[in-house]
This record gives sequence, structure tokens and C-alpha cells, in this order.
Amino acid sequence: MVAEVLYREQFTIRGNDFEHGGEVATQVKSILKQLGLDPAVIRRLSIANFEAEMNVIMYADEARLELEVLPDAVRVVVADRGQGIPDIEWAMQEGHSTATAEMRARGFGAGLGLPNIRRNSDEFEISSTVGVGTTLRYLVRTDAAPAG
Amino acid sequence: MQLRSVASLLDCEVICCHEMLDLQVFSCFAADLMSDVLAFSLPNALLITGLTSVQAVHTADVADCKGILFVCDKRPSPEALELARNREIPLLATRHTTFECCGILFQRGLTAATKAAAEAPCSAK
Repeated sequence: MVAEVLYREQFTIRGNDFEHGGEVATQVKSILKQLGLDPAVIRRLSIANFEAEMNVIMYADEARLELEVLPDAVRVVVADRGQGIPDIEWAMQEGHSTATAEMRARGFGAGLGLPNIRRNSDEFEISSTVGVGTTLRYLVRTDAAPAG
Repeated sequence: MQLRSVASLLDCEVICCHEMLDLQVFSCFAADLMSDVLAFSLPNALLITGLTSVQAVHTADVADCKGILFVCDKRPSPEALELARNREIPLLATRHTTFECCGILFQRGLTAATKAAAEAPCSAK
């Protein structure tokens, strides 16, 4: 059965666009606040979205972030076009990163992003093809807000 | 502790959101690595950082920080300042180092905005 979608919107994130890094997460946060979601749910989603957005900016050419608000959850898909991840299991471990010095100087690239998206989600999936891109799918339930 | 007391204790310049200095803060998170803030901080913290880019303000916003304290006499970039005004995030700047800020605020009863500190049976007061 297909879940009823109460709200849907798409955003574009451009690779290497550090100047605007964080704007999509901030826009989505404003939308979720307007929809009256629980602040703890909004915080978990906002952190996950910001981490995903910065990952695209640091490692991909471009991505589409799709937001879907369902009756009992918020679902996000971030599909990028880019270099992909050769070893997902390695990349999912805290502290594992291929970040450059510039990325670290901007406060990111510590190898915490992907694990943090998973930590802030109730459901999390990642798939990647080297030379093609990476897709993240994560969901946060809104009917109950477990600690992140 | 009110933000205005933090500003006074640390001899801060209040860079924006002067009208929000009555906000109360009970805990802090100090980091230059925004990944750490996103991964380990609890909401409602005062963010203490030397990072002055727009990402510091986005981080404070998504992590529900009450404000940002820039250390070592650093000032935010124009883009960061504009964003902070739009998102209503008070910005303070002090000449003190991160270590000094943390020491002074800890001595006055503020705690670490972390799960471990929140769960500790007693915190420094």
C-alpha cells in the first residue's frame, strides 16, 4: 500500500558550493516547523539533512534532495551524481574519511557524517555505484520521537 | 545564565540579536569541527567556536543552539552574520581562548551539552 504524502518538495544541491552549504537543510527545517512537527523530530531531520547536504557539496557533482512528509514519518531521499563510494562499510564507520584539508578547515570531513545520518534516522539505506553516484534514503518517524 | 551575563563575564562584543540577550543558557558545546557539534551536542547549547564561516551558523541552527560565542577575537563572515540575523541566532565575540571561555563558564555552573553530562549524577556547580 502506498503511504499518503501530506507534503512533497525537491531541492537541488550543487557540488563544491560551500558558500551555500547548509541552505537546503535550513529551508527544510523552516518547512517542518511550519508543518508543526515535534522539535526533537525536526532536529534529527535537520542534522541528517545538513550532513547529507555537506557530503554532496564535498564529494559529488550535484544531487536532488526529495522531502516527503507522511502521516507518521518524514522520508528523505538524497540522490547524487558523482564519484560514488567504493567501500560503503568502511565509509559508514566513524572517523573514516577521505576529506581534504580544505573540507576539514570548514569544520567538516571528520568521517562522522554518514554514521550521524544513520544515528538520527529510524530507517536508513545507502547504495552507491563508483563513477555514477550515491543514494541515501532515510526516514524519521513522527508518531514517536526516540532519542537520536 | 542569561546570554547577557555570558557577554559580561567574557567581555564580549554582541554582534547581533541584542534583543535576545535575556535568553537563558545552561550548557555549552565547544568545537571547531562542526561534525562534532552535529554528532555529539544536545539542543539549547551555547556553541563556542573559532569557526566563523556560514556553516557555523547553519550548524547552530540545525542543532538548535541558543547562540554562538566566537573566541580569540574572531568575527563572523558577512554571510554568516546575515544568516544569523535571519535565523535569529545571537552572536557574541570575545578575545578569550576556547579554553578560557570553557573554564570561566564551567566555574559559573554551565555544563557540557552532551548526553554524558546530562546523565551524570551531579555536575559542577
